[in-house]
Amino acid sequence: MRVHVRYFAALREKVGKDAEDLDVSAGAMVSQARAALIERYPQLASTLAGCAAAVNLAYASAETALNDGDELVFIPPLGGG
Amino acid sequence: MPAIVRITRDLLDAQAVRVLEESVTTRGDGGVVTFQGVVRDNARGKQVRSLEYDAYVEMAEQQMAQIAAEVEARWEDSTVALVHRIGRLEIGECSVAVVVACPHRGEAFEACRYAIDTLKSTVPIWKKEIYTDGEEWVEG
Repeated sequence: MRVHVRYFAALREKVGKDAEDLDVSAGAMVSQARAALIERYPQLASTLAGCAAAVNLAYASAETALNDGDELVFIPPLGGG
Repeated sequence: MPAIVRITRDLLDAQAVRVLEESVTTRGDGGVVTFQGVVRDNARGKQVRSLEYDAYVEMAEQQMAQIAAEVEARWEDSTVALVHRIGRLEIGECSVAVVVACPHRGEAFEACRYAIDTLKSTVPIWKKEIYTDGEEWVEG
């Protein structure tokens, strides 16, 4: 299935894009999507290790199951305010 | 009264903050507390030239709406405005304004503190510090 990954802040700079689609196996969890991204971009490994995850605008855990068409964002350490 | 929640690229100047204060204050309010986050010229022992803020806007606005709802549920008769600016900000400019109007000052202070503390710890907004000799996305 395909999820839509969006990048912000440090991740966007390292990847060089705002967003892209990611193919993951049916029933994949956030952790598997994270692993797939690290495989595609090894330079993201340490940054992604420090990121939270959000699926469809809500915080998610490593075990959150993904569905086809979901929007997935890895959230670097926050700096708002 | 509905809360005001917004991410903006517009300058958050004194006039903009004044408009927020007037918008949330009703005739029953005795206390209006405004917090402004302001860009300062130093951090972590380095001289900061400017800041850049980025946000996952759709999620950030939703999280901010949730914070406003939590405040209004917890402090009776409170009204909240939460506005965060993104893009490039210069030293001395306001990055975030939190305005809370309540019947009494105790609740207004508490609610405002809660709102900004919760915003900083939950809302997907990021800050990049720009120095003379480099730049860095920073936490906190």
